[in-house]
Amino acid sequence: MFHKILIANRGEIALRVLRACREMGIRTVIAHSTADADSRPVRLADESVCIGPPDPHASYLNIPSIISAAAITDSEAIHPGYGFLSENPAFAEICRACGITFIGPAPEAIRLMGDKAQAREMAKHAGAPLVPGSEGTLTGVDEAQALADSIGYPVIVKAAAGGGGRGMRIVREREALARAYATCQAEAGAAFGSSELYLEKFVEEARHVEVQVLGDKNGMRLHLGERDCSVQRRHQKLLEEAPAPALLPETRAGLYKAALAVANAVNYASAGTVEFLVDHEGRFYFIEMNTRIQVEHPVTEMITGIDLVREQIRIAAGEGLGYKQSAVRFIGHAIECRINAEDPEHFVPSPGRITAWIAPGGPGVRVDSHLMPGYVVPPHYDSLIAKIIVHGHDRGEAIARMQRALSETVIEGVKTTIPYHLKLLADPAFVAGESTLARLEQNL
Amino acid sequence: MATRRPAAGPARFTVDQVVELAVRHNLAELEVEAAGTRIRVVREHAPAAPGPRGEGAPAIAAPLPQPAADRAESTAHLLTVEAPMVGTFYRAPKPDAPPFVNEGDAIKEGQVLCIVEAMKLMNEIEARVAGRIVKVLVENGQPVEFGQPLFLMDPLR
Repeated sequence: MFHKILIANRGEIALRVLRACREMGIRTVIAHSTADADSRPVRLADESVCIGPPDPHASYLNIPSIISAAAITDSEAIHPGYGFLSENPAFAEICRACGITFIGPAPEAIRLMGDKAQAREMAKHAGAPLVPGSEGTLTGVDEAQALADSIGYPVIVKAAAGGGGRGMRIVREREALARAYATCQAEAGAAFGSSELYLEKFVEEARHVEVQVLGDKNGMRLHLGERDCSVQRRHQKLLEEAPAPALLPETRAGLYKAALAVANAVNYASAGTVEFLVDHEGRFYFIEMNTRIQVEHPVTEMITGIDLVREQIRIAAGEGLGYKQSAVRFIGHAIECRINAEDPEHFVPSPGRITAWIAPGGPGVRVDSHLMPGYVVPPHYDSLIAKIIVHGHDRGEAIARMQRALSETVIEGVKTTIPYHLKLLADPAFVAGESTLARLEQNL
Repeated sequence: MATRRPAAGPARFTVDQVVELAVRHNLAELEVEAAGTRIRVVREHAPAAPGPRGEGAPAIAAPLPQPAADRAESTAHLLTVEAPMVGTFYRAPKPDAPPFVNEGDAIKEGQVLCIVEAMKLMNEIEARVAGRIVKVLVENGQPVEFGQPLFLMDPLR
């Protein structure tokens, strides 16, 4: 096992890794920017090294500085957390070349999964279903029509160079396709300088469901169940839960099988997440694999009792998982709310000084947060300031517990997403377990 | 130089007034004592140096933040040369070579003062202004972090 680990991250995840290390008897070094010099993880770490100014490109994304910080502190391994360098294959390769263990999967797996087209191809080979659609870009409206006929409506026409909702149209019937195709082409040409289009099946009332997998370096792989992350705003997850509500048993079994097939196909050795879209009839489609620890990992920890960060570290050190799939038990229901320093109405960041902070407590409540009174939420980084996680016997108890926990939480000095969460938790459709990606964008 | 005490201020200050004074005069720290009450304001995001963005971090930072209260007034004009990156500090180009600079040396703008090694790259740290080296603050071979003071320098004016 490692004696000393450098944590190349900040905020709550730096603290999360530090906590795992401390319980494992591993010394910690925090590499931090000047903006985080007085932060809680820096105070709690055994050692700290300032690696640069607040701008993440000059600090948390600065590979030479981080490697240098590991070298001068004799750190044997680097935990990248999430974001920043966590899914950068070049960084993982440099760590390897410098004789430092990267706590995550092999650079080859990161690179493959980071390339959308390659990852889709690989998933398809492994037998994971993809959203049906055109192989590449379309040659014209005739091809689009023929393809739509074969996969069935509704379909979505998208600009190949697109993003952010521009240059895309949902088409519900055959008669509307030609016109939508022309509009999309014009929009794409104007917005992206390329009028190339592709077409795929539009997944209606989709849920975002992801499967947590673990693999060790001996080829042992298992899943730790799924998480439902359908509560999103502008592709940012806000609330996650495990297990996913209202999932048919055969869908669940299919998801696990597909996730493990994808992980096996890249000899995955670490904690990872395979993401899927699930439609209202229980059909599911592979989206991508995240090759890092996820923000929402605690909900899985709550229902399985397995410490995912500890497992990441053990696997990186070459230890075997030491248990089989049958030993993984799922108990109760867990929900996580992401508390961001944001205006709950408009979701604009609200950096500033925390003048008061009282964390919730009581049975079944876990708080992962780097907050402390007087802490200044820096404007340079993401706005996540706390994760409140609850565990209950069932979903109903978990919802009631989260409402109770949020209502006793005090954060003053910045605006937070707590009012949004309280509204959501009281929403009849959410309580009924009917959250889908589109509905929440529209109604809350 | 952060702490100031007005010789003959008003009998009382409110916290707001002290904060306002500190902001208006761009002070990192301000302490006011009057009528048996003492108010100390410390600004974490005090002005210091304008933060470098991206490459080309300046080797020389803002005027020296006074480390101790007893330091003489005459040192206030000294500058610190700070490490622009994390790494290992070397005073000489090779282990057996003489140091780039010694205390008391007069130096020119652009003159190499030391090396900070990061990932086997020897980064030569140059003087941004001409002046005289007053003190070498770091031992040869010692690890340094970003922003750590390396030299105390008396700039030519």
